[in-house]
Amino acid sequence: MNTVEIDAVHPLMTEGPRLTVEPPATRYDKQGDLPDGERAARAVRQFVRDFGATAATWLESCIHCGQCAEACHYYVQTGEAKYTPVWKLEPFKQAYKREAGPFAPLYRALNLKRDVSAAELESWQELIYDSCTLCGRCSLICPMGIDLASLISQARHGMAKAGLVPHELWAVAERASVEGSPLGATPKVFRERCEWLADEHNVAIHVDLPEADILVSMSSIEIMKYPDSIVATARILNYLGTSWTFRTDGYEATNFGMLSGNADWQRESSLRLINAAVACKAKRLILPECGHAYGALRWQGANVYGQPLPFEVEHISEFLAREMQAGHLPVKPMPASVTFHDPCQISRRGGATQAPRVVLDKLGVDLHEMEMHGNLNWCCGGGGGVVTIHRADALRYKVFQLKMRQVEDTGASMLVSSCSNCRQTFDDGQAHFHWDKTMHSLLELVADHLIEPAASKENAA
Amino acid sequence: MDMLAFARGPGLHWSLTILFVGVFWRLTGILLLRRSPDYSVARISGWWTGALRLIALRSWPRREFSATTSFPTLIGYLFHIGLAVIVFGLQQHILLIRSLTGLSWPNLPSGLVNLTAGVTAASMLALLIRRMTNPVLRLLSNFDDYFSWLVAFLPVATGMLAVAHLGARYETLLALHMLSAELLFVWFPFGKLMHASLIFLSRGTSGALLTRKGAAI
Repeated sequence: MNTVEIDAVHPLMTEGPRLTVEPPATRYDKQGDLPDGERAARAVRQFVRDFGATAATWLESCIHCGQCAEACHYYVQTGEAKYTPVWKLEPFKQAYKREAGPFAPLYRALNLKRDVSAAELESWQELIYDSCTLCGRCSLICPMGIDLASLISQARHGMAKAGLVPHELWAVAERASVEGSPLGATPKVFRERCEWLADEHNVAIHVDLPEADILVSMSSIEIMKYPDSIVATARILNYLGTSWTFRTDGYEATNFGMLSGNADWQRESSLRLINAAVACKAKRLILPECGHAYGALRWQGANVYGQPLPFEVEHISEFLAREMQAGHLPVKPMPASVTFHDPCQISRRGGATQAPRVVLDKLGVDLHEMEMHGNLNWCCGGGGGVVTIHRADALRYKVFQLKMRQVEDTGASMLVSSCSNCRQTFDDGQAHFHWDKTMHSLLELVADHLIEPAASKENAA
Repeated sequence: MDMLAFARGPGLHWSLTILFVGVFWRLTGILLLRRSPDYSVARISGWWTGALRLIALRSWPRREFSATTSFPTLIGYLFHIGLAVIVFGLQQHILLIRSLTGLSWPNLPSGLVNLTAGVTAASMLALLIRRMTNPVLRLLSNFDDYFSWLVAFLPVATGMLAVAHLGARYETLLALHMLSAELLFVWFPFGKLMHASLIFLSRGTSGALLTRKGAAI
């Protein structure tokens, strides 16, 4: 399929506050025409391939205490038992017991656990995709310490093999595989956008330099919806006088292959960035304001590559925090009361919870933390690819109300985050509820408050 | 061979054999599965400190979750500690353990153990009622949950009857008590009772992996 064909098959929805594909005229949340038996068999084969010692340890340990429900925004907001995180893994657990556990022969011989059927997997699709953002909050409450989010990610692999991914999530992942970007930010679009932004904002934006110390990546959400992020990134890196570049052979940081569960597409997307960084001999790859991109490259990139990466990987908030702490990025004080929304994959799941707080401290804002913040934040409801799925909208708005309440309770006048996917989820929620709070980008705030070099010297003097 | 002789002889022997072989089989079956290498650069080194931290930390719910989880946690602790007091504090149990292993220690007063047994049985009943009435627990519960509860409850109930000489001859009650404990030994490796050992493995695994990333534990 080429880029013209993919536009016809999965047209982008360009209107509205969030980016995704158009809702299908008739929903068909299956890929291919496989017979049901083959779908189920493919899913189970993939489940079994994923059952290593770590997954087995967790799957064997669940005591069905149900505490994970209390940490899940879907359960808390609806009170529906089916949204209990560990229940979302039921077919996965069933396949494990029957096919891979220590007593699997016994389970099969006595048919103590029946075969997982395609119908069962289809009915679980909503639980594995629409109602799980992979935020990992449930992993913090489990008395057995089970990392449920990791298990749900693995369960998605089997669903993808069976061709049972929700239409829109599959469509954006397929778009990424065909044209390098899930949301229309093709290499040509990206290059043209950089050229236009460079002219418009009078800023040098380096594209396709043969060598650079830093390779910078972007999220297609930023490229298409928040292009000021490109300008902000360029301004900051130019200010620092670093050797940096964007590369049209590796710029897209989102990884919808990973979110859909398609491991081949995940690998493809990750390798584009890795190979581009290797090609320009980068010492560092900076990931943009995108939560899942951080998980995909910082924690899974080297494993996809099959060896340690020959460069460092850093989220833009970590980069900013380090440079600001070193005094390399002096900023004008920003007298605003601010609350910060933690992107789950960067804070709770990624370990970079403090970096944005260092940046906000250097900006001199009056930080009003939410009651549950940092590692315990509530997800915005758009992670895990959920924001792309139209049929999940009603549920997503329900969980977004939890986030709105949290923000309102802080009394802060300004809302900031370091993830463009969270940002578009907030924009969409804001439009839906006619809310008066707008999400801002941490990166753009830093760029907007940089003290110009001459002024900086005067300031220092 | 009468029931008591069976319970004291081959019943005990075979149930303990199944217990130890089964636990070994299940743990080996888990631990020998494939482990993929992690090539990412760790944010924090020393995975074992993370493992130990999570094992300790998750012993009580975080303050933020305590409003909804303190009650079941408290009841859970009550019956687990109660079981430990009964198993390791009652004179007759210590004598049995000494005859099997040669190890012994001072017993607790029988009145205290009897009181503990009452509290343990009551807390187990409370947990069962909660499991049967709470919508989340009802949805999650399967045969293993109810049967494991039963095989853990029976030794407590029959033990209380034997101590009180209630319902039948003492020898019969003692035999039933021993057989119920042997049923627990036999079931232990196959069901959720294995969490007694898996809890350390599961918490330790997550603690090590998440700490490596500097992620929340």
